[in-house]
Amino acid sequence: MSAQSESRFVSAVKDSVAGGLIALALFSLMLGMKAEVASGMGGQLGIEYRWGAVAIAVAIVFFGRLLLNLFVWKSDKPVTGIMSGMMPKASSFSGLGKFAMPVFLVLAVVLPFLLMSYYGASGSRRYLDLAILVTTYVMLGWGLNIVVGLAGLLDLGYVAFYAVGAYSYALLAHYFGLSFWICLPLAGILAALWGIMLGFPVLRLRGDYLAIVTLAFGEIIRVVLLNWYDFTGGPDGISGIPRPSFFGLEFERGDDGFAAFFGLDYSSIHRIIFLYYLILAMALVTNFVTMRLRKLPVGRAWEALREDEIACRSLGINTTNTKLTAFALGAMFGGFAGSFFATRQGFISPESFTFMESAVILAIVVLGGLGSQIGVVIAAVVMIGGFELIREFAEYRMLVFGLLMVGIMVWKPRGLISTRTPSISLSGKAKGISADLVQEGHG
Amino acid sequence: MSSWTNNPILTIEHLTMRFGGLVAIGDLSFNVGRGDITALIGPNGAGKTTVFNCVTGFYKPTEGRIVMHRANKEEYLLERMPDFKISAKAKVARTFQNIRLFGGMTLLENLMVAQHNPLMVASGFTIGGVLGLSSFHKAEKEAVDRARFWLDRIGLLERADAPAADLPYGDQRRLEIARAMCSGPELLCLDEPAAGLNPKESSELNALLQYIRAEQGTSILLIEHDMSVVMEISDHVVVLDYGEKISDGTPDEVKNDPKVIAAYLGVPDEEVDQVEQEVGL
Amino acid sequence: MLRFKEPFERRSKGGWPVISGTEKFSHNLPQEKILVFIRGSSKRELSQKRGLATTFFNVQKCTLTTKRWLEPSGGLNNDMEYFLQQLINGVTLGSIYGLIAIGYTMVYGIIGMINFAHGDIFMVGAFISLILIVALGVTASMPLALLILALIAILIVSMALTSVWGWTVERIAYRPLRGSFRLAPLITAIGASIVLQNFVQISQGARNKPLQPLIPGGFTLSDGSGDSGFVVQLSYSQILIIVVTTVLMIGFTTLINKTSLGRAQRSCEQDRKMASLLGINVDRTISLTFVMGASLASVAGLMFLIYYGVIDFYIGFLAGVKAFTAAVLGGIGSLPGAMLGGLLIGLIETFWSGYFSVEYKDVAAFSILAIVLIFMPEGLLGKPEVEKV
Repeated sequence: MSAQSESRFVSAVKDSVAGGLIALALFSLMLGMKAEVASGMGGQLGIEYRWGAVAIAVAIVFFGRLLLNLFVWKSDKPVTGIMSGMMPKASSFSGLGKFAMPVFLVLAVVLPFLLMSYYGASGSRRYLDLAILVTTYVMLGWGLNIVVGLAGLLDLGYVAFYAVGAYSYALLAHYFGLSFWICLPLAGILAALWGIMLGFPVLRLRGDYLAIVTLAFGEIIRVVLLNWYDFTGGPDGISGIPRPSFFGLEFERGDDGFAAFFGLDYSSIHRIIFLYYLILAMALVTNFVTMRLRKLPVGRAWEALREDEIACRSLGINTTNTKLTAFALGAMFGGFAGSFFATRQGFISPESFTFMESAVILAIVVLGGLGSQIGVVIAAVVMIGGFELIREFAEYRMLVFGLLMVGIMVWKPRGLISTRTPSISLSGKAKGISADLVQEGHG
Repeated sequence: MSSWTNNPILTIEHLTMRFGGLVAIGDLSFNVGRGDITALIGPNGAGKTTVFNCVTGFYKPTEGRIVMHRANKEEYLLERMPDFKISAKAKVARTFQNIRLFGGMTLLENLMVAQHNPLMVASGFTIGGVLGLSSFHKAEKEAVDRARFWLDRIGLLERADAPAADLPYGDQRRLEIARAMCSGPELLCLDEPAAGLNPKESSELNALLQYIRAEQGTSILLIEHDMSVVMEISDHVVVLDYGEKISDGTPDEVKNDPKVIAAYLGVPDEEVDQVEQEVGL
Repeated sequence: MLRFKEPFERRSKGGWPVISGTEKFSHNLPQEKILVFIRGSSKRELSQKRGLATTFFNVQKCTLTTKRWLEPSGGLNNDMEYFLQQLINGVTLGSIYGLIAIGYTMVYGIIGMINFAHGDIFMVGAFISLILIVALGVTASMPLALLILALIAILIVSMALTSVWGWTVERIAYRPLRGSFRLAPLITAIGASIVLQNFVQISQGARNKPLQPLIPGGFTLSDGSGDSGFVVQLSYSQILIIVVTTVLMIGFTTLINKTSLGRAQRSCEQDRKMASLLGINVDRTISLTFVMGASLASVAGLMFLIYYGVIDFYIGFLAGVKAFTAAVLGGIGSLPGAMLGGLLIGLIETFWSGYFSVEYKDVAAFSILAIVLIFMPEGLLGKPEVEKV
């Protein structure tokens, strides 16, 4: 062993010891002692000691750092270097959208049949529910992508529009007995109106101020839903929200139900499959409209706004209106998704519309790569789908979720798919634009 | 009679801009002649960019009037208009001292954004565009043709699909001018267009500006430090110092104005010895 | 106004205390019952359902503000005594917000990001204090001198340990992203917030932790002999909070204005690249900023614990959002602004709950934030941001 590598080893150990000490400081109290209401002490707190857990945590940090030090950070041939050599290069991802999109689409369309043939009608229900959930987040992600990814407006209260959509449908159905298909457009329009109403005063704010005000609006809407007991049912929520029908055919047992009409045996899975295709169609419409708008002047103005607002103004673009259209459109798709959520659950309450939902949707958009439609799909599948698969470790799910968010972001700050596809091409073979050149917006 | 007194495209009257206690521009009046290249010069901090920002609506002047006389006889009071309307309605376009391109968008996209307003109308405010109406496709094709024309003009046609941020500095300057021209202006305001250009690029720029004035009929108001550019191409020069106009006339008149020489161009050669003695060199 | 709307039996499941609709509400009820009472849902629901749990922070204050209904009613809201009590409560709450807000404002000032995890650092600080208090067996029955000594010791240890948490979050989640994309640290901050919350939920349990009052008693400023018969109290814990906050505020302002560390911080705020060219260790300065913010948040955590006597893993979120609101209201980047903003938010909240409705006090605070930002984006004491063209 040469002197150089020996000193390297010593410094690695030193670094790991420091890491271990910090871990000891972090965990000695928070993990090692648990303040718990002890039984038989009259509701007073007592301490439960768990030094073993601390030892394990410190050991993990120490050895983890040691290994990383030796083989990655201070090594001549980092293991990660070898691994990243095996990973596909970023440039090969740029063409991904072209063929990944059709593959995803076909997979999404045949998914219920694949699941049905593999797991049977009852066994596939769980997976279909998961697919519905993931697709809902894909749709929400695509909706928010218009606001954050294209127009560069940081919206931390997107869930407010999801809530407006859900409550619009639930309340319209509750008070006026309107059906899902009438309420769906109404919910979207109402959400868009709320978007305009909230957006009008706040869209002149820049950057983080906009973020915090949208967050505040999201919370205001939730608190109002929670406390306006007579109208919204407060924390009890609204239950018995009508299910959607298939062109007037209800999914129920009986002669005029969906199954009887098509001569099928009644099965509750029909409704689930229908709901899946419903949200898939809604998500695809969102995607189609977004892709279309990108190639229209309004979409280009959004992206220009994200790049440089002052230059936009100098070119005669009404930035307020442009921002408002992005905000309203994003809100509208959020509203659609919300009314789907309401009809799928049959029950809604304010607790479904917390800030955490906004954060998750934003995380999907940012992790996927701002402005990238396929990135949103990948991020939603990974974050929501992967997240549901570790349901067994229910307690640790959110912890893992948070760690993943930090990890992916540190690994790929620009998101998984970080190239921007030009909206128009003169030669017909425009290349993707590297994210390093693309601005993220300041508004 | 000079064109700027009998046929002005822009008249600035008693323009004053104060930032708190600081007077950036004090009671400034001058005209920009139709079809002229007008240069606004002055030492650093003289308030030139502030004048630009007032004309293009980024600042609201404290006092004064700025009138745009369009070719169709419409008149606009620019000091009352929001910035985006000045470009859209009064047809005044501008470039920026620190180039403001849409760096993550291609050259073509940059030029398409500049044609936002007519395209917006053609797309039926988006609704027609989403439905794919043919009238929009026609308008879009025209817009692409116009963009292609300007890209060709500035010699960047083969880079049409490259991101703007990848261009070298001089090309970015020209692209910004082309982008401003795509918005169809009658008055083009250029903030130091020759800054940072080498002599070859600088002469290309002169040619481009001459072309814009002669063939497109667009009047130009520019801020410039490079006296060779100013003296070579401009018809009319306005000199600012400390926010006030100290001279106004043809390049020759300004060149020989003792006030300008003293305040801006420096001390004449024959007095150098005397000045050096005074300051003890 | 809190109302009891529905029979509670339906909503209280799982063997949690049930209060029938006829039972009179009194503050002698155990805390748990009050919680059930107020939100109409069982405590398990509170902690399990995250949505409802967000209101937990409100619940704490509900238990305080509900006291007023217990007093004889009639013209209650119009008299001086009532106003005075609200003022005292508001200033106390505002002091806590202010302490948290300083951490936000310093971090925002120096690296221009919303440190979303800061509210959770406050929560961790509160937990560390709680564990120390319970482990050392500190109770109100100790001799006064010993109690004070113990509290000071706990404060110091808690500040130190919470600082390590603050430092670690910065090191892991923010430093690798320095100078990159603006949204990336925002997402890692949200991620760090989720991690902290769930770590504490797992390691310390989801149930709330009630603590016997450490510093009971106080001055009675008005014994209820006035026209309204309203008792105005200034408790010792409130005095402690206000005094500690004032002392720390003065200390930190001096630190920022007079020391070389403060100078380094201010230079990093102005221009980080230039500061590093002039030999300032930017990474270290930023780390120290996080450490300072975290230690102040841990003080706020201890104060919160002493004042409300109950904490759980979710108190950080709303406290954090409110404190950030306070920082923005006061003018982000300004230390006195953060304190002023904290006080204002505390007062707005308390007076709104005192005179209008408890439920909508968050709406009041957030609406005022929105209004201030729209009409005065630089905040009350901030420097206006000039748009350079």
